[in-house]
Amino acid sequence: MLPELGHFALILALLLAALQAFFGIAGPMFRRERWVSAVTPAVAGQAVMVAAAMGCLIASFVNEDFSVAYVAENSNSALPLFYRVAALWGAHEGSLLLWIMLLAVWTVAVAVYATRLPRLFAARVLGVLGVISFGFLLFTLATSNPFLRLDPPALDGRDLNPILQDPGLAGHPPVLYTGYVGFAVAFAFACGAMLQGRMDQNWARWTRPWVTAAWAFLTCGIAMGSFWAYYELGWGGFWFWDPVECASFMPWLVGTALIHSLAVTDKRGLFKSWTLLLSVLAFSLSLLGTFLVRSGVLVSVHSFAADPSRGVFILSFLIVMIGGALALYAWRAPLLKSPAGFELGARESFLLFNNVLLVIAAATVLAGTLAPLISGALKLGTVSVGPPFFNPMFMLTMLPLLALLSIGIHASWKRGRLGTQQRTLLYTFVAAAVLGCGLVYGIYSHGHLLTPVGATLGLWIILSSLVDPVDRLRRRLSLPRAVVGMTIAHIGLAIAVIALTTVQSFTNERDVAMAPGGSATVGGYQFRFDGVRPIEGPNYDGVGATLVVTRNGSAVAVLKPQKRQYWVQHQVTTETAIHYSRGNNILVALGDDLGASRWSVRIQIRPLVSFIWIAAVIMALGGALALSDRRYRLAREAATAPAGTAPEHA
Amino acid sequence: MINRFLIPVVVFALLVVVLAIGIKHSPEKGIIPSPLIGKPAPQFSLPSLGDPARTVSSATLRGRWYLLNVWGSWCGTCREEHRMLLEVRRSGRVPLIGLDWKDDDSQALGYLQQLGDPYEFVAADRDGRTAIDWGVYAAPESFLVNPAGIVVYKCMGELTPDIWEKEILPRLPQAQAARS
Amino acid sequence: MRLGIAICVAGAGLALAGAAWAIDTTQMPTPELQARYEGLTHELRCVQCQDNDIADSPAGIAEDLRRQVREMLLAGKSDDDVRNFMLARYGDFVLYSPRFAPKTAWLWIAPEVLLLVGALVAWRVVRKRSRLVSADTEPLPEDGSP
Repeated sequence: MLPELGHFALILALLLAALQAFFGIAGPMFRRERWVSAVTPAVAGQAVMVAAAMGCLIASFVNEDFSVAYVAENSNSALPLFYRVAALWGAHEGSLLLWIMLLAVWTVAVAVYATRLPRLFAARVLGVLGVISFGFLLFTLATSNPFLRLDPPALDGRDLNPILQDPGLAGHPPVLYTGYVGFAVAFAFACGAMLQGRMDQNWARWTRPWVTAAWAFLTCGIAMGSFWAYYELGWGGFWFWDPVECASFMPWLVGTALIHSLAVTDKRGLFKSWTLLLSVLAFSLSLLGTFLVRSGVLVSVHSFAADPSRGVFILSFLIVMIGGALALYAWRAPLLKSPAGFELGARESFLLFNNVLLVIAAATVLAGTLAPLISGALKLGTVSVGPPFFNPMFMLTMLPLLALLSIGIHASWKRGRLGTQQRTLLYTFVAAAVLGCGLVYGIYSHGHLLTPVGATLGLWIILSSLVDPVDRLRRRLSLPRAVVGMTIAHIGLAIAVIALTTVQSFTNERDVAMAPGGSATVGGYQFRFDGVRPIEGPNYDGVGATLVVTRNGSAVAVLKPQKRQYWVQHQVTTETAIHYSRGNNILVALGDDLGASRWSVRIQIRPLVSFIWIAAVIMALGGALALSDRRYRLAREAATAPAGTAPEHA
Repeated sequence: MINRFLIPVVVFALLVVVLAIGIKHSPEKGIIPSPLIGKPAPQFSLPSLGDPARTVSSATLRGRWYLLNVWGSWCGTCREEHRMLLEVRRSGRVPLIGLDWKDDDSQALGYLQQLGDPYEFVAADRDGRTAIDWGVYAAPESFLVNPAGIVVYKCMGELTPDIWEKEILPRLPQAQAARS
Repeated sequence: MRLGIAICVAGAGLALAGAAWAIDTTQMPTPELQARYEGLTHELRCVQCQDNDIADSPAGIAEDLRRQVREMLLAGKSDDDVRNFMLARYGDFVLYSPRFAPKTAWLWIAPEVLLLVGALVAWRVVRKRSRLVSADTEPLPEDGSP
């Protein structure tokens, strides 16, 4: 009964999304006041229906209703309750429902906020969001219905993929998707502005907090995925430029560019059409990511069951949404002109460079990700693109970006003269270079060009971005939250740079064969292998090893990596054991039984690796602070003033 | 001057074409086209399956068509393919040469005993080195080689009646059929 | 983010019951050879578990290819000899680092071309805007907020 209710709720949600889209877009177009009034109820109704559908699916998982095909494929009676709930988004159909649910949540948030926006503009924004909801609901119902029944019902489920049976499953997808979907709001704001044919600085002020919020979620989501891969897969890597990783990284890069171009549009009324384009692109790349993951056109580790018919559907949807928005852009953007000017060396110019470099970085990642497809389309044969391509090519755009960042934050609007800031920049640079090279060579005594460069640039960003806020605090001047947020986010980036370059150069890794009592020395730590013993869990068994870690004779940690065999899918997973010590992560993974009670063991010591994920959290925190700035609240109040509701000329 | 605001939509249109072609090709995604096509077949000299003292080598195959089939008793798809291989043998159109890939000799012999032996001879590639020379990555694979010793076609995965009819038969000369 | 890796049953036939991560305990005689060995095995893509390099792939063929790399390096072959050996057998697919060859060079050139185009666009925008400075009388934002 429940699955049918859920299915029915989805159909109702589809109808309500259609109404929301129609009233939202046609209402302002034909000046039908009652149509415009119907948008918000449609939004609310759609959200309730989607939530109901989601509830029904969760209930089916919790009740172990193996007559539902999706439940039977992704759950099992031995699966702990926690994973039975999280298994909801463990595969294609359910994760799509999660996508829709989150879009509904964002839409409701916009509808609440919209009471402070011009009425017709708000209706258009909600209408565009309705089109997106409609597309995804139709996609779910047409090709990926999670409520389909099995006849006869399965006796038991085929279990959740053991790799996903980890707390990371509860956090990573929802947070990542919240970020992905959040860019839909900026997309809708951009389409709303283009539909009405008018865009002013207020528009930028309304849009900024939404973009920052989505970006902060995406930052956390990507970091969570990277962290999860690091500790769960027994491989000790955190980024492989897999197509799906790239798919999440491209919207992040463009979203970052958007945050910066919005600042210029907001403050100076410049780059208007460019900001619109980036708003469209950030979400378009989210959609492209969805296409790449779910259509199965690329070989990727994230194997959602591939189905070309899904690919065809999403591609059609991409053509309608992105093609429509870009056509609208080609039509409307030429209308947007700005009289403002700036000199080379003004803050605007640095933000322009930031945007150019970030967009090129995203384009490079896109080219690398799609290279197998492009190569196939041009009949150039097969090609594989991996880290040896991405790492240096990505650096090509990132190094100038990082080098310009410190100068950019000290540049003034409009005028290109740095003035007294020049000295500050020089001093901080010298300090950063001395400190950076000193630390790197002091700790590691040998060099790898990348690390001193990374450390210098990172420290320069930290030092130079602290100059202004510290100065303001000392002079007891006010410090807007937006400034604090920006500073924190930049410091987060700098920490990520330092950590990444250090990890790249100074990781110590050895795969060794160990017998009980045997030991190995890696990176100054001694590892003694004390053999393995059997273990048993709720739905798996396996072996656990004990390794005693010491440094110069004093105990550091006892690590217990495991190797599990899950009963239903007969799949083996490696559970790593990680210890944090003196800035290093010591990771141990258990490999294969080599016979004669010897085992292969991976020992890996990564310096500063935790700081990559901490840095991401710091960046997201910076975003959260920035969007709580009172300017945005004032902007909302200002928008309700008569000026904001001026008649439109659409 | 071109309208620069049209650039995004044009780029997007190109992207759509690439993605559409990608969807069309997605069923054969992961199939690695062999660089050996049109090139001389790799030489091998391996012990014969079932008679380790005897060496079988590619040199004896010079001057005639043959279909090299890579298989293993551990491979499920090979088992499914086997009926078709027996058909090929019966048709007499082209001799089948087996390359038993990383297998246990006694299990391989048992497999052939149970299912029938379609091969003219089987070379036992126990350590998989010859398979690497042929660019093998997942059994079963079949290579069609012409009398000049050039690889003319590679079938990745199961040799189906369809592939036999459409890809292999047209490449074989009529005379070959008459002679055998 | 490399989830679902263990569902590597690419290709036909080779069932990989319980595939996990490969842990390769190879020790080359010198640190220099070891570094080259690790570099190459991370650069070569596994032809079976196609979302992985041969160093980490649990597939049997990856093990054979690692052996091949090992033997070639011990026999004094250069890194390029190893790459060309693989290339002749499996094509461009095996190299995670595309060659700078006619059919793959575009990939290496594209980012530089984009950078040039980007520099050109930025230069034009700055030139156009810097001419407008004197006519622009808009008040500037005052607080230091971004």
